[in-house]
Amino acid sequence: MKVDDPELYYMEGFPVPETPAPGEDPKPWIETFVIGKPLPRVDAYQRVSGSAIYPSDVSFPDMIYGVVVGSPHPNAMVERIDTSKAEKMPGVRAVITGSTAGADLTWKWPYGNSKSKLFDPHCRFEGDAVAGIAADTPYQAADAAAAVEVQYKVLPFVVDERKALDPAAPVIHGKDNHVGKPDTYERGDVNKGFAEADVVLETEYRTECLIHTPMELHGCVARWDGDRLTIWESTQGVYPVQQDVAGVLGMPLAKVRVIGHYMGGGFGSKLQAGKYTVIASLLAKATGRPVKLFLSREETFLSTGNRPPSNMKLKAGVKKDGTLTALEFTCLGTGGAYQSGGISLVDWLIRDLYTCPNVRCECNDVFINAGCARPFRAPGHPQGSWALEQTLDALAEAIKMDPVDLRLKNIPLYSQARAGDPPYTTTGLKECIEKGAAAFGWKEARKKLSQTKQEGHIRTGIGMGACLWFVGGGRPPSTIVLKLFSDGSANLNMGASDLGTGTKTVMAMVVAEELGLKIHNIQIENADTGATQYATASGGSKTVPTESPAVRAAAVEVKRQLLKIAADELKTDVQALTIRNGEILSSREPAKRIKIPDLKGLKQRGVIVGIGYRGPNPSNKWVNPFGAQFCEVKVDMRTGEIEVVRFVAAQESGRVMNRLTYDSQVIGGITMGIGLGLTEMRVLDGNETGKMCNRNWHDYKLPTALDVPREIVSVPIDPGDTEANSTGAKGLGEPVTIPTAAVIANAVYNATGIRVTETPMSPVKLCLMLAERDRRK
Amino acid sequence: MGKDSDENDRASHGGVTRRGFIASVGVGAVVAATGVTTAETAEPQVVKPEEMAKITLLINGRKHRMLVEPRWSLLYVLREKLGLTGTKVGCERGECGACTVLVNGVPRYACLTLAIEAEGQEITTLEGLMSGEELGPVQVAFVEHDAFQCGYCTPGQIMAVEGLLRKNPHPSDAEIRLGASGNLCRCGAYLNIFKAADRAAHLKAGKGGKP
Repeated sequence: MKVDDPELYYMEGFPVPETPAPGEDPKPWIETFVIGKPLPRVDAYQRVSGSAIYPSDVSFPDMIYGVVVGSPHPNAMVERIDTSKAEKMPGVRAVITGSTAGADLTWKWPYGNSKSKLFDPHCRFEGDAVAGIAADTPYQAADAAAAVEVQYKVLPFVVDERKALDPAAPVIHGKDNHVGKPDTYERGDVNKGFAEADVVLETEYRTECLIHTPMELHGCVARWDGDRLTIWESTQGVYPVQQDVAGVLGMPLAKVRVIGHYMGGGFGSKLQAGKYTVIASLLAKATGRPVKLFLSREETFLSTGNRPPSNMKLKAGVKKDGTLTALEFTCLGTGGAYQSGGISLVDWLIRDLYTCPNVRCECNDVFINAGCARPFRAPGHPQGSWALEQTLDALAEAIKMDPVDLRLKNIPLYSQARAGDPPYTTTGLKECIEKGAAAFGWKEARKKLSQTKQEGHIRTGIGMGACLWFVGGGRPPSTIVLKLFSDGSANLNMGASDLGTGTKTVMAMVVAEELGLKIHNIQIENADTGATQYATASGGSKTVPTESPAVRAAAVEVKRQLLKIAADELKTDVQALTIRNGEILSSREPAKRIKIPDLKGLKQRGVIVGIGYRGPNPSNKWVNPFGAQFCEVKVDMRTGEIEVVRFVAAQESGRVMNRLTYDSQVIGGITMGIGLGLTEMRVLDGNETGKMCNRNWHDYKLPTALDVPREIVSVPIDPGDTEANSTGAKGLGEPVTIPTAAVIANAVYNATGIRVTETPMSPVKLCLMLAERDRRK
Repeated sequence: MGKDSDENDRASHGGVTRRGFIASVGVGAVVAATGVTTAETAEPQVVKPEEMAKITLLINGRKHRMLVEPRWSLLYVLREKLGLTGTKVGCERGECGACTVLVNGVPRYACLTLAIEAEGQEITTLEGLMSGEELGPVQVAFVEHDAFQCGYCTPGQIMAVEGLLRKNPHPSDAEIRLGASGNLCRCGAYLNIFKAADRAAHLKAGKGGKP
């Protein structure tokens, strides 16, 4: 190029970007080339090679380590803190408490209206923050934490929600430990419904408190650069963390950058900042150093959320033909020491899953001296399912009906619990039950079991149950920016986190589908408030249905601009152009074809940018996923051990975006449900100390490789949802864990004749119940 | 290379031998319990907990000479001192297996291994299974079978399977389940991990083909 070449300084006569037309959603795909295929993850290499940098892997040469000093008591007043010894210890660079300048901050607890101090003098649960320390090594920080002398006035506590309303119980907030008025719901007349019933059953159920325990600990690395704060946080949503931290510290949102490219699991416990995030930021400010602060595993058991315990009673009436006439449900729950949704959605399935004209629910939430609840994979639903699905199983037996048929008899055509009875975009509940039963061989297995008398100490049983998930349709807002480079590769910019559900892979597939690109030519930048677009947290099984339509809209916009450039260069009608494997072809004139990198107009422009927005959901319909699960168990009548032999899950979550990651979610959800049903419970010492007794993975037992069935069969049900959104996808991660525990309980009943109404169905518990029955005989 | 030369190395710099360290831990406990100082008369030499020891670690075939506090875990040294963050931290008390590495070819929790204990041992981390940028067979099998979700326990799972296959190149289903049972996965990818382990055994035996 010569120096006097005008193009060196100024170019004209090539296409420039136009403002995207306001969102008309593209039509549903009829045939797909990429979507639905079982493709390995786009970030699989990073995750198996160790090159993925998780927040806890972030490191800086001048980085130091933070630790939180937590209250050892479930209810205590901090009377005096002496940090002088700790401050003089080797490597210690900062010790902060509520009386440190700048650390006297207000903390707003999420999921309610509770507020306290960041370092509150009244510690209302074990593990609440009392002080923060930064030192050169985590060992030195731990030494210093042990040397902080705190004088507590230890107060009486209540850690069992069933005792929180006793007159003698210490009051944590308000007048009597009630969080608020009871949450009530009523339709029809339950008394009339029970009068019409041929059979009425009333049973009490309880689910224990579960802890999320994602593999990566809760925490962050915080680093200041002048007045700008950057936080690498293990989180499901970088934008909510940004809002929380900016809010507490009184900073402009633009000055807080939160990055979370990878994260090691959350399950609902990492939807917002923790006190640890703010403490790390304060320590980094005080020391002028980047601070890495990740809680210890023991601390995460205490203070990073839980699925709260539920004490439920369900009364149900049914006619001989299987018609449900009435459901009456009560629940006592707790979100811990501050408002945090202790009974949230526990009754939703009772309200909405099966057709029933007469329903009454009353849920009471109380305070106890324990760590606060956080959303836990399908909040409330597995608890309610534990009661509802077992009750339906018992009703079916009472009227001598197949439990599958009882459920099929009561399939709702619309959402009964919502005002105006809105219909669903699709309701695959019936198909889930029918196809799941067929895949399992339900009728044959049931027949075989009823005809054979089981001898010996190993007994086989089968069980089933169904579910819906209250949301799962996604929603605005979300913004996506897609850049197509002149060589035909693309860069997708998205704010959402990929929790390991495969979000990034699905989004790359959407781009590949729409633009005819190879997956490996698509690079995704995500989860960074400083560099990627706005997204809400990845939770509620809404990420794929929220983000994928926005990604598709961005891709459609890129395609529109690209084809216009191609039509000009090929001198042909833009309507006839399509893209295949990086080449633009005319369906009418086979000679007219050009590879994307050969487009002169694209080369001159350098890049095509498409912006996609998530449009609104259908105005008068609801988008919910549905599912049905079936399982077979073997029970050792001598030891009470339950072996889950096989599972079938038929889930209707709209379009299957990637069959490989879809099936992985199914396997994972069932595995987690096995934890609720068989192994997991938080144990608090209600007598002497109020402390948690099993704050580790030895005593709090997750399902291991030896606890999962040999076979989990995933049967996707896709009725073709053309109304939910432009990709037809709905959420899967949460619905798939909802009925699992109840399904196992029904199978255990089928095998043993023992109905276990309290989780977990441990060998000891089942053994005692079997012995008690034998004694009564 | 080797344990002896390493220990000589340390001794010549006034460091502590492995045997010496273990003795010092025992003595420390006695001191704490009785309040009587026996350090002056104790043999071999006793060091204070915060005194740095000079050690050489053999990691993925490379020697790393470094100063460590006797109490530092191998996990801490790998991640925070050497930047080998493929090895993950999950519980720091030997429950989850996220920090599994191979010590002399055998899976071992790096959180329960002191760095100075690991001296002279052959340590292999996730990074050591790679050939340059190329994945090893167990890693390839994990990708093919989507044997992970969040991927945080995955390095430990891969090391456990690698260790299993080094000891038993053709494990049965039951042996695979047992081999994987020391590692927790909260996302619940166990079934795919079993499939990946089986596939990896085939890949290691030189049998490629479709998964």
